[in-house]
Amino acid sequence: MTNISNLQKVLKEGKFAVTAECGPPRGANTAVVNKKAGLIKGFVDAVNVTDNQTAIVRMSSIAACSHLIQAGCEPIMQMVVRDRNRIALQSDILGAWSLGIKNILCLSGDHQTFGSQPDALNVFDIDSMHLIRTVKNMRDEGKDMSGFNLDEPPRMFIGAAANPFADPFEYRVIRLAKKIDAGADFIQTQCIYNMDRFKKWIRLADDEGLTDKVHILAGVTPLKSAGMAKYMKNKVAGMDVPDSVIKRMESVPKEKASEEGIKICLETIAELREIKGVHGIHLMAIEWEEKVAEIVKNAGLMPRS
Amino acid sequence: MIVGEQKPIAEIMEIIEPYKKILILGCGTCVKTCFAGGEDEVAVLASTIRLVCKKDGKEIKKITEQTVERQCENEFIQEASQNISQNEAVLSLACGAGVQAIAKRFPKAPVLPGINTTFIGIQEKHGIFTEECQGCGDCKLGRFGAICPITRCSKKLLNGPCGGSQKGKCEVNANTDCAWQLIIDRLTDLGQLNNLIDYIPPKNWQSSISGGPRTLIREDHIV
Ligand code: SF4
Ligand code: SF4
Repeated sequence: MTNISNLQKVLKEGKFAVTAECGPPRGANTAVVNKKAGLIKGFVDAVNVTDNQTAIVRMSSIAACSHLIQAGCEPIMQMVVRDRNRIALQSDILGAWSLGIKNILCLSGDHQTFGSQPDALNVFDIDSMHLIRTVKNMRDEGKDMSGFNLDEPPRMFIGAAANPFADPFEYRVIRLAKKIDAGADFIQTQCIYNMDRFKKWIRLADDEGLTDKVHILAGVTPLKSAGMAKYMKNKVAGMDVPDSVIKRMESVPKEKASEEGIKICLETIAELREIKGVHGIHLMAIEWEEKVAEIVKNAGLMPRS
Repeated sequence: MIVGEQKPIAEIMEIIEPYKKILILGCGTCVKTCFAGGEDEVAVLASTIRLVCKKDGKEIKKITEQTVERQCENEFIQEASQNISQNEAVLSLACGAGVQAIAKRFPKAPVLPGINTTFIGIQEKHGIFTEECQGCGDCKLGRFGAICPITRCSKKLLNGPCGGSQKGKCEVNANTDCAWQLIIDRLTDLGQLNNLIDYIPPKNWQSSISGGPRTLIREDHIV
């Protein structure tokens, strides 16, 4: 298959994958995207491009992905079902493939009440599970949701998200299994600070044989400050930041906090690499892309192919 | 029932501004139960309007008060026809269907809404109402343990909870139960969690608000 994505290749070869995240600008400035591309190029296998993250209007994921390709990076187009109905979603998938976008991450999306325009009408015509299956059917059957035969199918590598820290915990593994059945090839998780809970989740997934069916990339986010840790604990939906992590961030002087955050991140990565079923990391350095290279290097994850 | 809430008095004053003689028409069923538009509310609103006129030094409006059993049914609407014809406008304290039902039967009467119709819901406790149904026209409650994900999940998810569900609450509001937590708990109790293992296909919204206005025809009852 010539069309196979780089990420797909790395995972297929059984290598430990590294993906990062890139939030497009709140404006039409390509230079921002190119700058981020420059910072991570060569240090990751693919980069997620968020889709109006936290329900704030930004340059479209599809356009930013296209700029990244031109800058020599492989993008993973994130797509949320919050803003577009099934017609628009399918049309964007076809458009994305035509632009050379080979990876997609299917998400439901943060509720619009968190964003800059809480007065917006949301769509949620289909859910993330439906989106996964739609891309799979487009790819494997060459059909859109109406059953129409597509002229050229989008042969995308399909990703989905999992949050081991959301409730109800017991159902999380069932939901993961459903996403795999629906067509997910890889999974990226929410950022991990509560390692015990993550391990419990992946053990359950492993017991169900799920880690053999899907590639799991464990999410990590370096903390910049104790304030950021507290904010994530209290304000970000579905995040689990244990008090021990907050205490550790508070225990160092302010100017050393970001260093400590990176240390924690590196320790987390080292621990994740030892866990059966973890096939890579997903590094979400939120607006801190300049640290990606350092983290990947110091984690001993270089060279990337 | 249909749940609604009386509009703020400032807005009501604004919409009745052009009229001197108005009929405040209450509705004795749903909106009465949710304390928005029954006899008591009609009486209180009428006195409030008079008071506000007085306070603002404006001409005091002539107000007729009446409440019918159900404004959404012709049979009951007829009882108000005399009062409607004798006034310049109707300030309806019914849900949006009631307001439109009056407008349909009385083409010449300006009909003004005095209520914001909010949702189809139930009275949880005295004074607390919760939304339970969006009238989607294709009820699948049987599968979800009689808890509606379309209405009660903020993202209308059909295949399980999003990543924002924590401690049983919805990511949107810490006071709102996560519908999926409720569904999973209830199906667990009923021993029917298997209902959720299969893929539930996308909803056909044609039976719902996306199919254009709906009409229900009961041939067997048309005379
Ligand atoms: S499935 Fe439809 S009809 Fe049934 S409760 Fe939910 S919205 Fe109402
Ligand atoms: S937290 Fe629960 S109710 Fe809220 S959007 Fe997510 S799944 Fe739906």
